[in-house]
Amino acid sequence: MTTIAVPSPATPGKLAFWISRNGPVLAIFALVFALWEIAVRALQIPDYILPSPSVIVVKIVVSWQLLLENAFVTLQEILLGFGLSVVIAIPLAIAVVYSRIFERVAFPFMVSLQTIPKVALAPILVIWLGYGIMPKVMVAFLISFFPIVINSVIGMRSAEKEMIYLVQSMGASELTTFLKIRLPKALPSIFGGLKVGIGQAVVGATVGEFIAAERGLGYLQLISQVRLDTPLLFAAVVVLSLLGVLLFNAVAFAERIALPWSRVATDVAE
Amino acid sequence: MIDNRTGPAAGDFRAGVPIRIAGVTKRYLSARGGEVHALDEIDLAIAGGEFVSIVGPSGCGKSTLLMLISGLIPATTGTIEVGGVRVKGAIGNVAIVFQRDVLLDWRTVLANVLLPVEIKKLDPVSHRRKAQELLRSVGLEEFEDKYPGELSGGMRQRVAICRALVQDPGLLLMDEPFGALDALTREQMNLDLQRMWLRDRNTVLFITHSIEEAVLLSDRVVVMSSRPGRIADIVTDDLPRPRGAHTRSDPRFIEHVERIRRHFLALGVLSET
Repeated sequence: MTTIAVPSPATPGKLAFWISRNGPVLAIFALVFALWEIAVRALQIPDYILPSPSVIVVKIVVSWQLLLENAFVTLQEILLGFGLSVVIAIPLAIAVVYSRIFERVAFPFMVSLQTIPKVALAPILVIWLGYGIMPKVMVAFLISFFPIVINSVIGMRSAEKEMIYLVQSMGASELTTFLKIRLPKALPSIFGGLKVGIGQAVVGATVGEFIAAERGLGYLQLISQVRLDTPLLFAAVVVLSLLGVLLFNAVAFAERIALPWSRVATDVAE
Repeated sequence: MIDNRTGPAAGDFRAGVPIRIAGVTKRYLSARGGEVHALDEIDLAIAGGEFVSIVGPSGCGKSTLLMLISGLIPATTGTIEVGGVRVKGAIGNVAIVFQRDVLLDWRTVLANVLLPVEIKKLDPVSHRRKAQELLRSVGLEEFEDKYPGELSGGMRQRVAICRALVQDPGLLLMDEPFGALDALTREQMNLDLQRMWLRDRNTVLFITHSIEEAVLLSDRVVVMSSRPGRIADIVTDDLPRPRGAHTRSDPRFIEHVERIRRHFLALGVLSET
């Protein structure tokens, strides 16, 4: 069956199509949650071990303000860390592509740094930067930085030799070559890095909060754990997941806007 | 030298630029550090508006010669003049077509054809019209707003040729432009190219692996030997134009093809045993 979204003017057709496409996945989710609910009730599992889905939902509804406040803090850390990554990684990638020194020295150095588990740096960052938002921003930055810089470098190097010759033969300057060839050619790869990076930034910010924090969803989880408030712990997981999905889709949406041609290519491929 | 960039609109007769190559040698260091002697003492004069093909075994330096003429890479020794001007860096007034179409995936067909117009800052209005005419002349007027990802290989290469011709180049350098196409598309492209060349009369230097293609299209065929690349023979080909399917059965066509094939046998590029 084809997966191309056939534009149809009639809404019932669209709905039927949506159901036929997403129905099986939804059915599996519904089944899993139903079994979960039944099992917890039938086996009388206490809430502090495993709350049932209905308990979690009730918890989310009741504590929405608490969750929202803390989600906002975590979101801030993620966006600042990720933003910092983008602002630093892309110019750095340009430097690696254009400068021999950056290519020979800085890039291998960065790649070797990548082997350090960034999460392990979090306690050090706390000592340096304190309990506020900064150490979490830094962990989010460090962890999302590498996929962005590496993908950007690969993308900017992906222009064929002939393509470069072609524009040089037209008298293009290096700046024109970059703007008209290298950068657009690199965009699919850069967006690939951004998609990995945004997911990593969520992990970074949360882990940062586990180490030392006074606010945020990671902090809320830690508190819930100590209080054996397992339903709240699950509620935080749900909100964190929603946050991750939302941010990933925001990047994917930006990609669709920025790369109309790749959408065409995929449609044809399908 | 005629400045083709600022010439009046279509319809007038444009002469291509002459090329003079004298004592050109090219050596370069290979990736492994060894020295490669790509071209040795090449002498060749091409008249303005002439269609010259180069055939030769892989690695005979055909593509290198093309790049030297474009000025994108420098010769080790010798001089090259295009339109009476010594080549010292990238020359204007030239268009290159490669085996790979290297269309920009993120631009529509029309925007791809207009790329040289943007880079060279030519008049956008008149060239847009010219680009549309060119696309119509190769049967792609319906595809102006499509992206290259939606086109077949033959259509893509047609767009690449339109992109080259929109600049009114005095010199057209083509490096195995039809090498990746199927046989039928290739025959059609040969006829299209001849038609456009008869109309514009730019100088064309055309690299190919196909002896028949070279004889069908050219005024002269340069046969090269390899390592180092040297000119082994130049075959003058004065079959009447326009040429087409009927040309292939002309005894002179067969004679030229045989002559070039004998060179390849002598060079050991072809072997009958």
